Amino acid sequence: MSPPAAETEAAAPSAPGRRGELSEGARQERRLGLLLCAPAVVVMVAVTAYPIAYAIYLSLQRYDLRFPDQAHWVGFGNYGAVLTSPFWWQALWVTVLITVVSVAVELVLGMALALVMHRAIFGRGTVRTAVLIPYGIVTVVAAYSWQYAWTPGTGYLAALLPAGSAPLTDQWQAIGLIILAEVWKTTPFMALLLLAGLALVPGETVRAAMVDGATFWQRLWLVILPLMKPAILVALLFRTLDAFRIFDNIYVLTGGSNDTGSVSILGYDNLFTALNLGIGSAISVLIFLCVAAIAFLFIKIFGAAAPGGEPERR
Amino acid sequence: MAEIVLDGITKRYPDGALAVRDFNLTIADGEFVILVGPSGCGKSTTLNMIAGLEDITEGTLRIDGRVVNDRAPKDRDIAMVFQSYALYPHMNVRDNMGFALRLAKVDKAVIRTKVEEAARILDLTQHLDRKPANLSGGQRQRVAMGRAIVRDPKAFLMDEPLSNLDAKLRVQMRTQIAALQRRLGTTTVYVTHDQVEAMTLGDRVVVMRGGLVQQVGTPQHLYDAPVNLFVAGFIGSPGMNFLGATLEQNALRTSLGDLAVDDRLRRLLERQDAPRELIVGIRPEDFEDAALVGERRTGQACTATVDVRESVGSDVYVHFTQEGGPAGITELAELAADSGLADTGMRGHRIVARLDPATRAAEGSPMDLWIDTSRIHVFDPATGANLTHPERAEY
Ligand SMILES: Nc1ncnc2c1ncn2[C@@H]1O[C@H](COP(=O)(O)OP(=O)(O)OP(=O)(O)O)[C@@H](O)[C@H]1O
Ligand SMILES: [Mg+2]
Repeated sequence: MSPPAAETEAAAPSAPGRRGELSEGARQERRLGLLLCAPAVVVMVAVTAYPIAYAIYLSLQRYDLRFPDQAHWVGFGNYGAVLTSPFWWQALWVTVLITVVSVAVELVLGMALALVMHRAIFGRGTVRTAVLIPYGIVTVVAAYSWQYAWTPGTGYLAALLPAGSAPLTDQWQAIGLIILAEVWKTTPFMALLLLAGLALVPGETVRAAMVDGATFWQRLWLVILPLMKPAILVALLFRTLDAFRIFDNIYVLTGGSNDTGSVSILGYDNLFTALNLGIGSAISVLIFLCVAAIAFLFIKIFGAAAPGGEPERR
Repeated sequence: MAEIVLDGITKRYPDGALAVRDFNLTIADGEFVILVGPSGCGKSTTLNMIAGLEDITEGTLRIDGRVVNDRAPKDRDIAMVFQSYALYPHMNVRDNMGFALRLAKVDKAVIRTKVEEAARILDLTQHLDRKPANLSGGQRQRVAMGRAIVRDPKAFLMDEPLSNLDAKLRVQMRTQIAALQRRLGTTTVYVTHDQVEAMTLGDRVVVMRGGLVQQVGTPQHLYDAPVNLFVAGFIGSPGMNFLGATLEQNALRTSLGDLAVDDRLRRLLERQDAPRELIVGIRPEDFEDAALVGERRTGQACTATVDVRESVGSDVYVHFTQEGGPAGITELAELAADSGLADTGMRGHRIVARLDPATRAAEGSPMDLWIDTSRIHVFDPATGANLTHPERAEY
């Protein structure tokens, strides 16, 4: 077969449009865009930039609310104190562990749920509602019900364990239960994000893979997941950022005792229990930096490599 | 390569929609069969049942003598080309074409040779390492074809593979597909709603309507001897003209005048107990400018006022309007809807004649037309059956 000549020519990538030469219309449109964004920017600055700046300012002072008169500038002294403290590294390690394990488990379960919801023919609405229930319950309420369930003597789950065991008082068991509560609570969110991604995979492409001889797992691994990669990355990013800031489940279940506290618990303890604004603010700023680093890594490393980084034409 | 036998295939979707009814067809080894019909008539459903993408509600499907009703698509050894091409956007052309072989655990070196061979045939060699998103429509279409041919499957199934291409490219690809199929000799089932594609490509054409097979036959047979009004109107472009007619002693009285009934036709009509009210079908080329017809030829002359004259060089198409076209016939209404004629808001009944370019026909003035009465078709308005060609469809 010989190719139609004109078409071979057309295959060459078209030259990118020249930059920097905006027409009058385009410039006006851009000005209008900036104007329309302005109110939102002002509000954002008021509610986020100001507190962040103030936290940074506080973190550079020695400032103990019990002795407000003795507040004075210490530069990076608070950061030095936090970063050399074993409490920070312990909390960071627990946080990372909880984040990695819970997000990994949620991804797998969420994917399974998304596939079930996607394929469900009967009672689609019912399935989706049922799956979403945990996500609809206030975290603190859910955490308390988990706490009662695991408390020896009163809890129905604790009753299933050998007598004398108190899982929430052991570091590893408690971390396991915290992860369980996290997973139970947020898997539905993951499933919903993945379901949206699944809906973007063209049905004919999956059918083509069926005809090409792919089994269910081969279709999933070689076709569906690669095509869902952008959606998976977004879901992972959201959940990782969320999980890294874990607070309420730990606060209710263990209160951070027995080395189960996350960095957020550590910051809370310093700020509101010890009333040490300087150290507490330094911890908050460090958490903010960690979160920013995670987001940056996701976008730089995975985002750039994602096939859907720029939307693919078909 | 294989024979495909559809034996009483019926498809009922879970929502109760009856998409295909009692489909019987034997597709010979190496044959090129076309499924054609208006939108929603069940072509894709039939194809998907052969591929295994849809369950068969009733009937048996045999490929190469084996019943495959309950086999998954991957166990049927069939390749399919989709309307959207359904290429894998994250794989380059080479991986797209080699995907099925890779799944079948074929040796890497063998895959490489086969893909390169197919790419050579389809002239895709210089595009092997590109992603589908960076290809033109025609190139993507060829990749989709390549994905099918590297597998050397028992059969090719194609669902409107050319409908996303522009008209010129479609004609080129049509020729290439026909040549490729002849060269490979692989059994092929091809779905289209374009009757020109159907006429030019296939060894045999299956005309479907509302889930029912209307007629199966060679393109020429469908054109010459359509079994009913629907096939007659669907096959041919421009389509057959239909007129209401009343059967008189020796003639069919129509708004174009009396058309003589010869002995053969009279006997046929008598044998079939034809009603008095009938529908006459005349193909555009069975008209001629009366001034250009020699004395010797028998036929019928009539007069009509030309609405539109279209010259395409080799022929002149003349459109004129007649009062009293056949009304209330569902097949004809459906055909009109399918061809978009229903939307043109034309009143009266439009007739198209294909004339010799030497004609002097002019828009707005009356002209004498001649009708080749030996080639007219007569239909029963109640059943739609063609009374001129009463033989049953050949299967
Ligand atoms: N998944 C489905 N569920 C229910 N009914 C369906 C489904 N798919 C198709 N149908 C119905 O079955 C009939 C045949 O559909 P099919 O897709 O086979 O038509 P087609 O001949 O391929 O039409 P087109 O030329 O528009 O592609 C239609 O009436 C359609 O509404
Ligand atoms: Mg279709």
